[in-house]
Amino acid sequence: MKISEQWLREWVSPPGDTQQLAEQLTMAGLEVDGVESAAPDLDGVVIGKVLEKEQHPNADRLSVCKVDVGSGEPLQIVCGAANVYAGGIFPVATIGSVLPGDLKIKKGKLRGEESHGMLCSGVELGIAESAEGLLELPADLQPGTPVTEALQLDDQIIEVDLTPNRADCFCVLGVARDIAAFSGLEFTEPEVTAVAAVSDATLSVNIAPQDGCPAFAGRVIHDINPHAETPLWMTERLRRAGVRPLHPVVDITNYVMLELGQPMHAYDLNKLQGAVSARLAEHHEKLTLLDGQQVALGDDVMVIADSSGAIGMAGIMGGASTAVSDATTDIFFESAFFTPQVIAGRARRYGMHTDASLRFERGVDFAQQVRAIERATSLLLEIAGGQPGPVVDQRDSEALPKRDAVSLRRKRLDRLLGIQVPDAEVQAMFERLGFAVKAADDGWLVTPTSVRFDIEIEADLIEEVVRLYGYDKVPDIRSSSKTLLASSTESSVPWSRAAALLVNRGYTEAITYSFVDPEFQQMLLGEAEELPLTNPISVEQSVMRRSLWPGLLSAAEANRNRQQERLRLFESGSIFTSQGNEIEEQNVIAGVAWGRVLAEHWDDGKAANRVVDFFDTKADVEALLGLAAAADELNYVTSEHPTLRPGRTARIERNGVLVGWLGELHPRLARKMGLGVAPLLFELQLQPALAAKVPEYRTVSRFPVVRRDLAVMVSEEISAAEIVAVAEAAAGALLQETRVFDLYRGDSIEKGLKSVALGLILQETSRTLTEPEIDGVISSVVEGLSSKLNARIRE
Amino acid sequence: MQELNDTLASLVERAQADIGRSEDLAALDAVRVAFLGKKGELTEQLKGLGKLSAEERPAAGQAINQAKQAVQQALEARKTALEDAVLAEQLKAEAVDVTLPGRGPATGGLHPVTRTRQRIEAIFAGAGFDVALGPEIEDDFHNFTALNIPPDHPARSMHDTFFFEDGKVLRTHTSPVQIRAMQSQGVPIRVIAPGRVYRCDSDQTHTPMFHQVEGLLVDENVSFANLKAVMHDFVEAFFEREMQMRFRPSYFPFTEPSAEMDILAESGKWLEIGGCGMVHPNVLTSVGVDPEKYTGYAFGMGVERLAMLRYGVDDLRLFFENDLRFLRQFA
Repeated sequence: MKISEQWLREWVSPPGDTQQLAEQLTMAGLEVDGVESAAPDLDGVVIGKVLEKEQHPNADRLSVCKVDVGSGEPLQIVCGAANVYAGGIFPVATIGSVLPGDLKIKKGKLRGEESHGMLCSGVELGIAESAEGLLELPADLQPGTPVTEALQLDDQIIEVDLTPNRADCFCVLGVARDIAAFSGLEFTEPEVTAVAAVSDATLSVNIAPQDGCPAFAGRVIHDINPHAETPLWMTERLRRAGVRPLHPVVDITNYVMLELGQPMHAYDLNKLQGAVSARLAEHHEKLTLLDGQQVALGDDVMVIADSSGAIGMAGIMGGASTAVSDATTDIFFESAFFTPQVIAGRARRYGMHTDASLRFERGVDFAQQVRAIERATSLLLEIAGGQPGPVVDQRDSEALPKRDAVSLRRKRLDRLLGIQVPDAEVQAMFERLGFAVKAADDGWLVTPTSVRFDIEIEADLIEEVVRLYGYDKVPDIRSSSKTLLASSTESSVPWSRAAALLVNRGYTEAITYSFVDPEFQQMLLGEAEELPLTNPISVEQSVMRRSLWPGLLSAAEANRNRQQERLRLFESGSIFTSQGNEIEEQNVIAGVAWGRVLAEHWDDGKAANRVVDFFDTKADVEALLGLAAAADELNYVTSEHPTLRPGRTARIERNGVLVGWLGELHPRLARKMGLGVAPLLFELQLQPALAAKVPEYRTVSRFPVVRRDLAVMVSEEISAAEIVAVAEAAAGALLQETRVFDLYRGDSIEKGLKSVALGLILQETSRTLTEPEIDGVISSVVEGLSSKLNARIRE
Repeated sequence: MQELNDTLASLVERAQADIGRSEDLAALDAVRVAFLGKKGELTEQLKGLGKLSAEERPAAGQAINQAKQAVQQALEARKTALEDAVLAEQLKAEAVDVTLPGRGPATGGLHPVTRTRQRIEAIFAGAGFDVALGPEIEDDFHNFTALNIPPDHPARSMHDTFFFEDGKVLRTHTSPVQIRAMQSQGVPIRVIAPGRVYRCDSDQTHTPMFHQVEGLLVDENVSFANLKAVMHDFVEAFFEREMQMRFRPSYFPFTEPSAEMDILAESGKWLEIGGCGMVHPNVLTSVGVDPEKYTGYAFGMGVERLAMLRYGVDDLRLFFENDLRFLRQFA
């Protein structure tokens, strides 16, 4: 909310400058977002009175004026505005002044006539958004007075960002009241004089106490001057509050709202048909709003209706059919109370956000409908005249919000704040807020005012006490802490260790968005049920990721576009799958490796000067899984995955349970993404990957190991893992380890076969192995390999 | 005897001269053979001892041995010198340019958000706060209702929530983890909950995803003054300097009193770093904790925000562009 410092200081004026006032507002919980000048620097712009106006001899649209600027000889000024007239009071930018937009005013000649300054519009002075002609000023202004002084432009606009609990501060009155309470300054609620009725014209009003309109005050005013204009002081205050002047009657309702916090509405009386009622809309009831928008309402939306049907969305926006216009002479003022419950969320549902809905949905003072209408009436009479009828105030006090006394216990207050605020001070704070305070045995009973919707429980009162006491005055008190030992589990390897391992192996951590482009995701991962957001920011971020690969590959692509030639990225985070109604969220860690195996180096050997391949990345994955899993728990199973290249894809299992995937990006996808060489990818589920066991000690053998090497020829389809598994099964307990130390395909062996060299490491824990034992193991292995895998020993 | 001494002296002199002229080990060995070999000149002199009288023999033998030693010493010295020269030559030839970079894979690095998060976790771990985690897709109860934000509460509109068709939401803050942690662990409790959060908002200063760290401490006799102390200690630990801090009254439905926290930057400006407050009694009640017996505080801070202040990053969006030139600055 924007609030004029001048206006506020009329009500309460704490010592200090604007900055200090802003500081106080912020520390009272009314956060100041910014402060700006009400008008630009207008040095040299003064009040001028046009004494004579004559047609320019050489230009139809220009006139030559003699203007009194309070300094002896009147100035000759050439003017192009249509609304200039002799006797009018306008702002004059004199020679040497500088207008907004760095427009320097110099002596000039326009079509042969000298001009010693410029008559200005509101736009030219930077105090209006649009203008039709010059800014006409009140006749009582003295020529020569600086315009800044005459229009009280030396003002600051303070932008306050209100939290949703503080609806009471949506007006100058509320902010003034709170600042007075905060700073301890005197403050009395403004007296609004009742305007006596001069006619008995009324309009019958029906409230809807149970549905959300427990109070509605109305007043008929006849015979207002349809040509009246909103005075400058009022348009200036509206402008500084960010409200555009529209029509004197509308401006008055807005002004009262800004001043007292009561949203009002004015109807053209002659467009109303019959009695006015508040009621819930009928299902799909149609209404054309003031801004021309047509809405079909739901049956939980409150409307104001007459016998023709709905004529406005109650507390949100009026309807077009009964709006005041330039021809309006008779009006009906509405000053109602709608409960927050019947307004909340309704405006947003129809894409609206109005000053009225904002206030009503957070809570408007339900005791000041009449005060607001009286205030509006007196302003209207002052500006446009009129014959007011009596105020009709319909209210059902049973249905109005309740203000119950809330108990505040001394002990609770001390305990929650950690400090003691003296009794008298507590009492005084509540009194300054206008709350009724009664002493009780263990503290106080406090009844909040009708303007406060945020005081219902003890904690609300404690907050008020510490707020007015000053958060800054509460000291830091370190709690005398109980001894607390940290927990440390060995049931899983900490994430930080996994991350550190990847970092040490050259990976840089990325963080990508959890929502991705469905098209890209499907291209990469294949078709599956997507989990879409109902209100995404954009199509590119509209479904939840099913894998970290889309994000990582996009990051790889982006880096390649920035001339990176090599990258290792990893990310860890949640992936999401949806099956029917079930949403599953899984924590994974994934990586992408692309480009040379090592960064370019001055001593590139053959081994280093190649692109990363399956086994480089598999080593990373093995190291990562090795943090928690023993090698024999893991299986890399030849498999297929829509993202990965057939023949270079491994499904990773731990004790038979899927842990993740490893492989090369499918060349078709790599080509589509323009990555050149295909990157390697892995993704592992954190929980099964990092689940760990407490180590269990096994005896270390003191006896020598024996190694025997075997080279076996097997068919190409047989994997190394199968060979090792068969060898180990056949060898029995003496075999400690099997190493694959060579792999050969070539001329010296038959096509379709490969030669695999195995190193068998044998050992016993209690004795040295004998030759016959060793030979026995080896022949079992040979026997097993040849019978199970049709392997032949290569001599 | 004089004759022998003269002969020996000239012999030693010659040997030393020959040794001095030897340019390599082979030449030096030839000199050794010429003087000390089986038929070497000094060996011949020793053989001549037999011709001398018994009285003359000891002195002559001593003189010859002295001469032999002198030659041997010269040979040794020259050998060492020649070997040193050879080694020096070899070392020179095999010298490397130590300014060239080492070989092997370089290390990567953690994301600045992770780096920051880990520091926050470490600081609070020192005060006994365990890390608690929760799902990113939340139900309405945990994200809103249990946190004292009933349907149609105005605070909901401040949250710019992402929705799913079934009414679930992407969590808008890490505060639901408070609820889950109290539900699963009960009280007293002290946890921090770091993680991703989502808001339907994207512009220069907002990304639709960012990270928060939520903190919760519930125990008997926890006060607002305790909260101020822990937050103040935290910012001083995090920024590693004395910090002036400001608590401003604010509003969060799940805490009361509530405060926004500002730190005073070196520029003299107050910078917001997060929100905090005393846990609202309704929140405690919603998880079955007696608010009469227990009080507590909660706080929430933006991880990117803290990282930006700590490292001087001026554009939030950089955190999610994953540009290696950016990421490597934090490695």
